[in-house]
Amino acid sequence: MKTIGPLFLLALLSALTLYSCSNDPVDTGSVLQRGLPTDPESLDLHKARSTQALEVLRDIGEGLVAYSPGGELQPAAAERWEISDDGLNYTFYLRPDARWSNGDAVTAEHFVFALRRLVTPATAAFYANMLSDVVNAPEIVTGDEPPEAMGVAAVDDLTLVLRLVRPTPYLLSLLTHPSTFPLHPGTIAESGDGFAKPGNLLSNGAYVLDAWVPGSVIALRRNENYWDNANTAIDGVNYHVVVQDAAELNRYRADELHITSTVPPDNFAELKTQFGAELHIAPYLGLYYYGFNLAKPPFKDNRALRKALSMAIDREQLATKIVGRGEAPAFSWVPPGVDSYKPTVFGFESLKPEERENLARRLYKEAGYNEQKPLRFELRYNTSDTNKKIAVAVQSMWRNVLGAEATLINEEFQVLLSNMREAEVTQAFRSSWMGDYNDAHTFLSVLQAGSAANMPRYANDEYESLMRRAASQVDPERRRLFLEEAERVMLADHPVIPLYFYVSKHLVKPQVSGWGDNVLDYHYSQHLSLSATE
Amino acid sequence: MLRYTLLRVLGAIPTLLLVIVLAFLMVHAAPGGPFDDERALPADVEANIRGAYHLDEPLPKQFIRYLSGLVQGDLGPSYRYRDYTVSELIGQSFPLSLQLGVLAMALAIAVGVSAGTVAALRQDSYLDRIVMAFSMTGISIPVFVFAPVLVLLFAVKLQWLPAGWSSTSGSSRLLLPVITLALPQIAYIARLTRASMIDVLGRDFIRTARAQGLGTMTIVRLHALKPAMLPVLSYMGPAIAAILTGSVVVEEIFGIPGLGQFFVRGALNRDYTLVLGIVVFYATLIVFLNLVVDVLYSALDPRVRYQ
Repeated sequence: MKTIGPLFLLALLSALTLYSCSNDPVDTGSVLQRGLPTDPESLDLHKARSTQALEVLRDIGEGLVAYSPGGELQPAAAERWEISDDGLNYTFYLRPDARWSNGDAVTAEHFVFALRRLVTPATAAFYANMLSDVVNAPEIVTGDEPPEAMGVAAVDDLTLVLRLVRPTPYLLSLLTHPSTFPLHPGTIAESGDGFAKPGNLLSNGAYVLDAWVPGSVIALRRNENYWDNANTAIDGVNYHVVVQDAAELNRYRADELHITSTVPPDNFAELKTQFGAELHIAPYLGLYYYGFNLAKPPFKDNRALRKALSMAIDREQLATKIVGRGEAPAFSWVPPGVDSYKPTVFGFESLKPEERENLARRLYKEAGYNEQKPLRFELRYNTSDTNKKIAVAVQSMWRNVLGAEATLINEEFQVLLSNMREAEVTQAFRSSWMGDYNDAHTFLSVLQAGSAANMPRYANDEYESLMRRAASQVDPERRRLFLEEAERVMLADHPVIPLYFYVSKHLVKPQVSGWGDNVLDYHYSQHLSLSATE
Repeated sequence: MLRYTLLRVLGAIPTLLLVIVLAFLMVHAAPGGPFDDERALPADVEANIRGAYHLDEPLPKQFIRYLSGLVQGDLGPSYRYRDYTVSELIGQSFPLSLQLGVLAMALAIAVGVSAGTVAALRQDSYLDRIVMAFSMTGISIPVFVFAPVLVLLFAVKLQWLPAGWSSTSGSSRLLLPVITLALPQIAYIARLTRASMIDVLGRDFIRTARAQGLGTMTIVRLHALKPAMLPVLSYMGPAIAAILTGSVVVEEIFGIPGLGQFFVRGALNRDYTLVLGIVVFYATLIVFLNLVVDVLYSALDPRVRYQ
């Protein structure tokens, strides 16, 4: 009895304390509650990598340029800019009233400091190559030039000049990326590596970092010194880290979240009827695709076979029936909705299903396969329900239309990535690409020789030459034509099978106003407001 | 006595070293690395990052670097949480997991023993059947099913309790996770207690106690409970293990930043230092607790002391 008595008491006490403390009010006043699928790697601009980290950083910091709720570029820390006629010199005029959260003025020197830090090898920034078109930037990353050689200069406190080696029409779009935001040199000197922690991190954006409990929540509060503070409606933002999408949905239903980062893939039709206008589905600059390993048989030097496999897939059915959350079937590499670009599409897009399948069968035979000698290969994908459903559907389309036998192999994500990189055992694989900025270049550069993301190992001299010529064009119209031609050349080689274009999926409570759907899926908290009534 | 304790501490070092070596080799043997992503890094950028974390060094050198840090109490920086050190993450998350585990264990013992005793006293009554049916359900329903059901009922429908950890700072956020974690253990303990209590209540000394005119409650309290608890006590080991492993699932569902969640995420993200740090931490904890028990034993019983 002696051993059990204290335990009983302990249990009773803990139960009592718990019960007495229940029903704490959830703070909803003027604090926005947002879901975040994972923690940021870091809130150091140059150590951040994931879209989640960038999302939070867009609330904390401010670049020279930003996006409006509808996805239009607009002045931010710079109130205006001039571009030289050759497209190689950008002069930015900073706002005289821009302030850090400690009251210090934001100067051109702070941008110079941050951009140099971005490319310095010791920083080991994930997005070190973000501004690779700026003079000497790539050479500094490889350690061949000192950071001071970078083509960025502060003419005076409020004037910043960027010098480029080639015209980069999407440069302004790049400058909305947090890796190009300014840093306060004083704090870094003072706090060293810990400068990005709560209490140390200075902000030049609408919100300041208040607290961060890894694995749980990131709390931001209003930056009183922000130049546009008068127009910032919401006092604070809590980013709740919710790994499981089903758990996130429950927290939204329990009125603990105003905005979710996604919605679960199951029961989508039910969610649609249940939430109606709260459910926001919008085209997104992201592509889901299958890639071939072009360095090994059976797909090496067998264009007809790759084309046959691509044509045998009924993308319409895949996008509407299997994925079914508003995704668009992909007949191109660059998604529709990219600024000043018209994606080239596969010729077979307009064919009737029977015609498309007959053509696919003919190509399959041309490639040297038939019923007696069917193609057998392995398709690898990272373990997830959606990936599995898609793979099973595509597998059966290949079998029914061509008689080709794909063995499905699901692997843990890191294992798949490692196999893709090595390109030894991998024959075909699942992958995806999300645009970093609103320009066709963010997609087309993936398949350039030398790109680390070129997992199929695609190489075509004509493609390279077209990409190079596009890069040297000042005239946006001519540049567009070169890029479109490059995509056409690449698609005709069928190094990849684009399957569908992603959509952004959010639940947004009715009391949130100012929400705008856009292809980059950027939603700055400073653009939003909360009405008092639930 | 001092000599014995010292010997045991020295004896623990090779055990820990073995654990560290095995864990180090295993995390590095897993395919992929901490900085792999669909969005592959350009070679020069990747080289800079690997250099910054000394991942470009040969494995033995990395191991020695890790070990020399460890000796100085430095578990290294986390690769995934780049603003935090592993020690900071463990320091933040372990108290939470501990709190969750202790509360769940306390609840399981309190409810389980009471329910089991009641069922034993009212053997074959409706009450007994209800308790047993409930405990059978508790054992069969997995945590990942039970937790969302609780959330749906108490957080979404009734809105009495928060669905997620970070939505409130009050202790109401502990209630659902603790119940979820305790439920299977309540069920096991209730069944164990019932069986053992029925057995004890049929013994001769209980009959003697009854013959002396003692009331049922007194008999249970003074005579039956203690012997009936023996199987329950020996179940404590597996129960603690089950609560530790169960907490991984519960922490993820409720978004609790506990040690289990960091361990699983760390393994998936190939956050070598975080996974190693947690393994080392757990191993040290277990070795230390064993040591304490052994030393206590030897203090109580000189026969177990080493010669």
